[in-house]
Amino acid sequence: MNTGSQLIKNNFRVEKLPHIWCPGCGHGILMRAVTEAIENLNLDKKKVCIVSGIGCSSRAPGYMDFNTLHTTHGRALAFATGIKLAKPELKVIVITGDGDCTAIGGNHLIHAARRNIDITTIVFNNNIYGMTGGQYSPTTPKNEFGTTAPFGNIDKAFDVCKLADGAGATYVARGTAYHVKQLIKLVEKGINNKGFSLIDAISICPTYYGRKNKKGLAVDMMNYLKDNAVDVKAVKKFQKEILEDKFVIGEFKNTTEPEYTDEYNKILEKVKHLHK
Amino acid sequence: MVISNTDKELKIIEKWCKGCGICVEFCPKDVLEVLDETIFIRDLENCIKCGFCELRCPDYAIYLEGDSNE
Ligand SMILES: Cc1ncc(C[n+]2csc(CCOP(=O)(O)OP(=O)(O)O)c2C)c(N)n1
Ligand code: SF4
Ligand code: SF4
Ligand code: SF4
Repeated sequence: MNTGSQLIKNNFRVEKLPHIWCPGCGHGILMRAVTEAIENLNLDKKKVCIVSGIGCSSRAPGYMDFNTLHTTHGRALAFATGIKLAKPELKVIVITGDGDCTAIGGNHLIHAARRNIDITTIVFNNNIYGMTGGQYSPTTPKNEFGTTAPFGNIDKAFDVCKLADGAGATYVARGTAYHVKQLIKLVEKGINNKGFSLIDAISICPTYYGRKNKKGLAVDMMNYLKDNAVDVKAVKKFQKEILEDKFVIGEFKNTTEPEYTDEYNKILEKVKHLHK
Repeated sequence: MVISNTDKELKIIEKWCKGCGICVEFCPKDVLEVLDETIFIRDLENCIKCGFCELRCPDYAIYLEGDSNE
């Protein structure tokens, strides 16, 4: 039986494919991009640990052939923090949804960012709670619809990148399920950053977000990403009014600051003599 | 080993395809078609082996064999 390209054979539990996601779900595109980034970096698979919470997006690690951990809703970063502290030599990658990461898990997000712990978080951001049937999330744009916002959402949406930046993440970027080559590079750079990295990966959920908001089919939603993303390097060329309806992609922040597990180990060194 | 584009072979896995049409929409050479909710290679002659279908297929049901990852 044909079990896919070499990339798929190398990095997936192919006996579990095809995955459970709906036709045209962007999560499949993003999951493949993450594995291509890992492969491009030639990481030792035994040294990679992928952690998720609960949601459609959080099912990704079930298919990925690495050390994987599927945890509880919102807590992926809490588990990932424990793993990284216990085994700092691991490359810890969190795959999470906009709900998982910025609603129930928002507190873990801001503190993981504040600590600058060496974890790469990739948010599969589809602007809705997919798994539970289309409730609005903290990234649902204002005035759009969800089952819990039948007359329109009155909340202002989070800009996940600004949130991570403000909280102290040292690598921050946004990509999309349409701009795959760029996304792969952003994930590679995020993994290479020694500190907390966040990549806001814009996905598409044709089944709930798409239907609730009359965004058309998967193909239409992909065209929306294609036509409305503006690269951060090109932002200056656009007038403010035009940018209002667009969203910005690319690398926003790439800095170096003391990393949490390093700082923790320094403390351990300092107090070692007390345990003689 | 350097593998040139022309050495690559376009492959499909019908069983994995969910008929979303994404590969069809973004193929620059109009090679592909969805027939009865499954991917169909209509015009292999025109395929330039760019790999965009593979990059964007949510279900890994279309790919180039012998590509740089192999
Ligand atoms: C503690 C707890 N609260 C609520 C739920 C129900 N629940 C499961 S997934 C989910 C939201 C998923 O949305 P998101 O993280 O954006 O992922 P998506 O499914 O859209 O990929 C919720 C509310 C749960 N499983 N556990
Ligand atoms: S409900 Fe939405 S996010 Fe979940 S699998 Fe379907 S399309 Fe994807
Ligand atoms: S490799 Fe390029 S030209 Fe060939 S089918 Fe795929 S998208 Fe079309
Ligand atoms: S993108 Fe993949 S799943 Fe969608 S129609 Fe093409 S081959 Fe099938």
